[in-house]
Amino acid sequence: MNATTAAGRGNGRARRLLALSRKEGLQILRDPSAMLMAFVLPIVLLVLYAYAVSLDAREVRIGLVLESDSAAARDLAAAFAATRYFRVTPAHDRRQVEPLLVSGELRGFVVIPQDFARRKMSRAHPPLIQVITDGSQPNTANFVAGYAQGVLSGWLAAERSGALPAADFEPRYWFNPELESRRFLVPAAIAIVMAMIGTLLTALVVAREWERGTMEAIMSTPASVLEIMTAKLLPYFALGLIATCICAVLSITAFDVPLRGSWAALFSLSSAFLVPALGQGLLISAATRNQFVAAQLALLSGFLPAFLLSGALFEIDSMPAVLRAITYVVPARYFVASLQTVFLAGDVWSQFLPNILAMLAIGLVFFGVAAARTRKTLD
Amino acid sequence: MTAIEFRGLVKAFGAVRALDGLTADIAAGSLTGLVGPDGAGKTTLLRLMAALLKPDRGTVRVAGNDVTTDPDRIHSIVGYMPQRFGLYEDLAVIENLELYAALRGVTAEAPHDTFDRLLRFTGLAPFTRRLAGQLSGGMKQKLGLACALMGRPAILLLDEPSVGVDPVSRRELWAMVGELTGEGIAVVWSTAYLDEAEQCDSVLLLNAGRLEYAGVPGALTRRIEGRSFLIAGVERERRSLLADARELAGVRDGVIQGESIRLVLAEDAGTHALDALAAGHGGRLEPAAPRFEDAFIDLLGGSPGARSALAERMPPVELAAESAVSCRNLTRRFGDFTATDDVTFDVRKGEVFGLLGPNGAGKSTTFKMLCGLLEPTAGVARVAGFDLRHAPAEAKLRLGYMAQKFSLYGLLSVRQNLEFFSGVYGLTGAAQRERIDEMIGTFDLGRYLSTSPDTLPLGFKQRLALACALMHRPPVLFLDEPTSGVDPITRREFWSHINGLVQKGVTIMVTTHFMDEAEYCDRVALMYRAKLIALDSPDALKASVASEERPEPTMEEAFIRLIELAGEAHGEREAA
Repeated sequence: MNATTAAGRGNGRARRLLALSRKEGLQILRDPSAMLMAFVLPIVLLVLYAYAVSLDAREVRIGLVLESDSAAARDLAAAFAATRYFRVTPAHDRRQVEPLLVSGELRGFVVIPQDFARRKMSRAHPPLIQVITDGSQPNTANFVAGYAQGVLSGWLAAERSGALPAADFEPRYWFNPELESRRFLVPAAIAIVMAMIGTLLTALVVAREWERGTMEAIMSTPASVLEIMTAKLLPYFALGLIATCICAVLSITAFDVPLRGSWAALFSLSSAFLVPALGQGLLISAATRNQFVAAQLALLSGFLPAFLLSGALFEIDSMPAVLRAITYVVPARYFVASLQTVFLAGDVWSQFLPNILAMLAIGLVFFGVAAARTRKTLD
Repeated sequence: MTAIEFRGLVKAFGAVRALDGLTADIAAGSLTGLVGPDGAGKTTLLRLMAALLKPDRGTVRVAGNDVTTDPDRIHSIVGYMPQRFGLYEDLAVIENLELYAALRGVTAEAPHDTFDRLLRFTGLAPFTRRLAGQLSGGMKQKLGLACALMGRPAILLLDEPSVGVDPVSRRELWAMVGELTGEGIAVVWSTAYLDEAEQCDSVLLLNAGRLEYAGVPGALTRRIEGRSFLIAGVERERRSLLADARELAGVRDGVIQGESIRLVLAEDAGTHALDALAAGHGGRLEPAAPRFEDAFIDLLGGSPGARSALAERMPPVELAAESAVSCRNLTRRFGDFTATDDVTFDVRKGEVFGLLGPNGAGKSTTFKMLCGLLEPTAGVARVAGFDLRHAPAEAKLRLGYMAQKFSLYGLLSVRQNLEFFSGVYGLTGAAQRERIDEMIGTFDLGRYLSTSPDTLPLGFKQRLALACALMHRPPVLFLDEPTSGVDPITRREFWSHINGLVQKGVTIMVTTHFMDEAEYCDRVALMYRAKLIALDSPDALKASVASEERPEPTMEEAFIRLIELAGEAHGEREAA
């Protein structure tokens, strides 16, 4: 083949790609559901995550049963009352608070026993308090237990060092000093929005082309499958990045989430995540060619894992081993972890790079399988 | 010159052989019709020619290129229009053209000349900014053709381009294709309309993946010379006479044709029995010129019997009112667009009444108002004497409705569909079970009960849809393009049920684009531009447009002529 026809071919390919991408762009602009998903859904999700879903415990109602009347016990009780994490209902008998715990008015109670002061004096028996929590709400229960422990150790440390504490116990939470859940939920919401756009929208639009018979028509033209698919993905890639942008700006301005890392890192991570997300959508539509089934599959295999198994809502470290193993093939896992870092900590490329590589690798697998399936044309 | 050649072509999908050892040639510069019943392999063959599929065995060569080894070459010289035209409905006409121009490598300097040429050719120039989804069926088809013609293909493949398209648009498309073959393009046109096949330069007739006939259509028609007859002069009971005639040995096919009955006899069959039968009904048997359709049905082994098990089991229906359906000054406006304008007619009890018109003439709107799916803006519609506005429930209990797409639930089994529709019409308990069993027996649905309607063969799907519509034994049955895209054999079976129902006193209201089906009707109402422009028996309509040069016009010619006349009258009013 001589140089001019080779150039001519390249030119034709570019023109076809451009025309197909333009067509896709026009369709997005005229399709209310795509616009809704790209621009309204991020806002709705962010608002929900910022206000409705809260994993924070503030002013948790607990009972405080003071069985001892000693000065030490009263001092400890004052320490409990002083923390803003608890709102304390005082009592002298546990029978007073038990019904309140049963009825759900209290989330737990702390018993300072009669022998509290005596034990504190003796070196052999360290002082003992009892914490009863409502196990039907495990998160809150853990929180109550943990914080009660914290209050106690803090108070003991202060006791030992005398009236003027030489070494104060002051916990400090890095990256999210207020321990506000929206600071890590909002970045996670971005991952979910991107999974929706990448996987659900892509799966739907490709399946739609099969359903309406337009795929057959464009496949009969000189455009190759690779061109058709690339042109399909480019606009959705752009749409995904636009949605990221909207989410990030909203997070920073309206929800007070800092972006400590750089925009460059944010966009690199988002771009890397869109590769497996789009690949998954493409694979689903190539396998089903039916919009309804494609939507179901996309929700099941794209949205739900991004929601539940990515670490967005539930910490991966506390999942059972089997689920933990599964999270390694959920691309959102790598994305959520990196997003939280880029928003709350900064650019930590030593974490980003392996995550980006993992997302790209999963994406390549999806694309490979999708290409193999689509290549079989209409069979 | 040969444009396309098939040699020993085999293509299977799973266990089904869609094409089974096909060897044929398609000539350049000519129009080749691809005909055959549903499932014959027409679409598969077109996709093979478009290099969208690869043969399992044998070869397909398109303009000398093998589809297996050189699909890219073929994609650049073949224009292909799939069944739904391959248009993007959310793109404007011009945007669709631009897309296909870029895909087909129409060079950057020339596209506007090309667009002008195609827009002029298809008459779409005034609509370039309109979204493809808002075009009428005929205009979509022309746009699909324009897209397929982008880049001046040497070969044009059209997959059922005329399904759901009215005779006027079909004729225009036909003229365009004629012009293209004149330029040397090989056009392959697959169709379920045998009158179209008859006008092709040559036809490939497929049945169950095998080639039954290849050659000039006239030669096939000549094979049955002297075997086509009409029984004319029958005053009443044409339909029961047809059913009796089809029972006779040696009768291969029979249909209603206006006031006559058209019959095709087997080779060597005598006419004595038929003469006697005709005379018994006061009619006479006359030889008729054979049609391609006669030869087609004969080649495929004759049509199924005209007895309808359904009608035989069904008790005669009672209808108190004198007119089954009637409308007075029926009008429907959408915004400032009038879809149905002051339409008045009566459908007599036990009549087959056809509602015809070009796409967009307002027949669907009228039809929907008559079966209570749409409220009229003005005027009155009655079914079985009940006003649809004041007593919709009573009226709807007396009508059955079968939609174009059959409206079956694909996620339910055949039995569950029957249960659902019988439940909707208020049947319960033993009566419901009995009716369902009756329908299963009548339509022979027994072996399909647990399968999804989507996987049924077309003929059975149609039976199921009819069973669902008849579950409550309605005296009036509405059929909305019930046979669109359906092949002649399956349509014969369908009409045998309809004819049987009519004999039991059921009134049929039907819309169709098939002109032969229009002739099955007792009376035909023709709509154009929202108005009723003609209403009479098919024979009277034909006679009304007879002229010196066309003493015996066909139904299609009558249809087109009546619309032209109405268009001229409209033009004169506009001018005045």
